[in-house]
Amino acid sequence: MADFRVEPLAEDALLLRFGDVIDVATNARAREAASALRDAGLPGITDVAPAYATLLLRFEPSIWDKGALLETVAKTLDPGLRRDDEQKNAAALPETARVVEIPVCYGGECGPDIDAVAEHAGLSRDGVVARHTAAEYTVAMLGFAPGFPYLLGLDTALQVPRRTSPRTRVPAGSVAIGGAQTGIYPRELPGGWHLIGRTPRVLFDPAHEPPCLLAPGDRVRFRPIDAAEFARRAERGA
Amino acid sequence: MTLEVIKPGLLTTLQDAGRAGFAHLGIGRAGAFDAPAMRIANALCGNPRDACGLEITLLGPTLRFHGDAWIAVTGAPIPFRIGGADRPMWAPVFVAAGSMVELGAMRSGCRGYLAVRGGFDVTPVLGSRSTDVNAQLGPLGGRPLRADDVLQMQPVARAAAKPGNWRLDPRPWFPEEAPATLRLLPGSHFDKLEEASRKLLFSEAFMVQADSNRVGLRLSGPPLEFGEPVEMVSEGCVPGILQLPPSGQPIGFGPECPVSGGYPRIGQIAAVDIPRLAQRRPGDALRFTPCTFDDGLRALRERERALTRLESSIAARLTA
Repeated sequence: MADFRVEPLAEDALLLRFGDVIDVATNARAREAASALRDAGLPGITDVAPAYATLLLRFEPSIWDKGALLETVAKTLDPGLRRDDEQKNAAALPETARVVEIPVCYGGECGPDIDAVAEHAGLSRDGVVARHTAAEYTVAMLGFAPGFPYLLGLDTALQVPRRTSPRTRVPAGSVAIGGAQTGIYPRELPGGWHLIGRTPRVLFDPAHEPPCLLAPGDRVRFRPIDAAEFARRAERGA
Repeated sequence: MTLEVIKPGLLTTLQDAGRAGFAHLGIGRAGAFDAPAMRIANALCGNPRDACGLEITLLGPTLRFHGDAWIAVTGAPIPFRIGGADRPMWAPVFVAAGSMVELGAMRSGCRGYLAVRGGFDVTPVLGSRSTDVNAQLGPLGGRPLRADDVLQMQPVARAAAKPGNWRLDPRPWFPEEAPATLRLLPGSHFDKLEEASRKLLFSEAFMVQADSNRVGLRLSGPPLEFGEPVEMVSEGCVPGILQLPPSGQPIGFGPECPVSGGYPRIGQIAAVDIPRLAQRRPGDALRFTPCTFDDGLRALRERERALTRLESSIAARLTA
C-alpha cells in the first residue's frame, strides 16, 4: 500500500505527502522517494524536490496525464518492491550520506543574537556553542533561496522563536536558528531567524558543479573557529 | 553584432523558457511570465522557441543597434518606434545598423517581449539565460538591464531579413479585458476557508497592488479567512499558486516565486491563464472562476496546439 497521499498542485505538478510535521523519519521517507524517482530516470519528469514532509514532482503535461503518472510513481515507490531492491543492493550500496564540516565563527559581529539565544535557553554563550557543535544535522531540504539548507537535529534547548522584527539584511554565511529549525544563509538576504555565527564557506556558486555545497540528505557538523580564522578563510573564499 | 542600452526602461530582463530541474536546490525557473507572447516573438524572428529575448515591464527601453537586425515585439500594447517612425507589434521588423529602437509606456497590460533574430548571446547560468532578479541568478548577475549595457546577439546563418508587410492578429494572445477572469483550480486548503470566504473568492473582484512583481501579484479584496488556523510546514511551490498569508489578502505566484513556502494554498491559477495574470498591472482588477484540473489541462493542451500551429504558419511565411 502506498504510504503517501497525493495532492495535485498544478496541471504540471503534484505533491506527494508522507506526513504533516517536521520529523526525521518523515523527511527521510520524502528524500528516499526523491532518490528512487530520480534513479528511475522517468522521461518528462522535470523536477523532483523533497521538502520536510512532501515531495514536489513537476512533469511535462504533454507527456503525462495524472493517472498514468501516479500509476508509475506508485510502482516506483511501492514499499514491497523497494524492499527487494534494497536487499539486492544492500551489499553494493552502503550508507553513503556525506558528512560536511562547516566551520563557524560564533558570537561577536558574526553572531549578534547569540546572547539572546543563550538567555532564552538559560545557557552561557559557550554552552550554546557546545550544544550547537555537538549535534549532527541532516539537510532536510533546500529552499527559501538557492542553496539555503534547512537542517534537522537542533538541540531542543536551543529552540527559540523567530525574532519579532525580521532583519532586512542578513549577511551571507550566517548560521541561524528559527524555532526548531537551523540553517545557513547562502547570500545576503532578509531574515527573521536568530544569528548565532557565520561560516566563511560558500554555500552557493552557480559557476561551480555542483552549484550547492549541500544537498538534501547530507549530514552536517559545525566546528567552531575564531574571528581571525574566519577573516583568513573568508578572504580566501573558503 | 551588439546592441547598446541607452535607457533600460522600468524593469527589462533577459528571459528564455526558464531554468527547469533545480527545485531540489532551492532554485526556481524564472523565464518569461507571459510565455506564449515570448514564444511568438521568437517565432517571428525565426528563432527556436527557447531563444533568449527581453521581457519589458510597463515602460520600455531605448536601444541602439550596432548592426542590421530583425526583431519582433509582442505582449502588452506599447508604442514602438525605429528611428522615430512607428513600427508594428506582432510582426517581423527590420532594424538598420545604427538605428535607435524606442519602446514607450504600455497603454494597457504589464509585460512585453522583444526578440532578436538569433537570440541574445549571453552565457547560460545553470542551463538557462533567464534572469531571476529575486534570486540574483542568471545573465548580468541576475539583474535587470541598465544604461550602457552592451548585449551580444547570436550571429545568424541566413541572410538579413526582408520581412514582408504583415502582422499577426494579437487578440487571441492579448485579450483586452477588464476585469480579467482567471480560472482557478482548487488548492489544497480551499476547503479550510470559511464558507463566506469561499463564496467571496469567486464573487468579488481583487485589485493588483503596487508591490507586485515577478515573484507574485499581491491582491487586495475582501479579507479571506480560515475556519481555524492552518498549520503547515514548508512544502513545494510553483507559479500560479494562490497563497493566503495571515493578512487574508491572497498572492498569485509568478515565475520567480520561491520553490518552497509555508502558507496555505487556496487555489491554483490555471496554467492556461498565467499569461493573463502576467498582464495585470497595479490597479487592475481580476476575478476568479472555478475550474477543474481536467478542464485546466484540456485548455492548456488546446492552447499548446494553437501555439504550435501558429509557430508553423509563421515559419512558413518567413521562408515563403
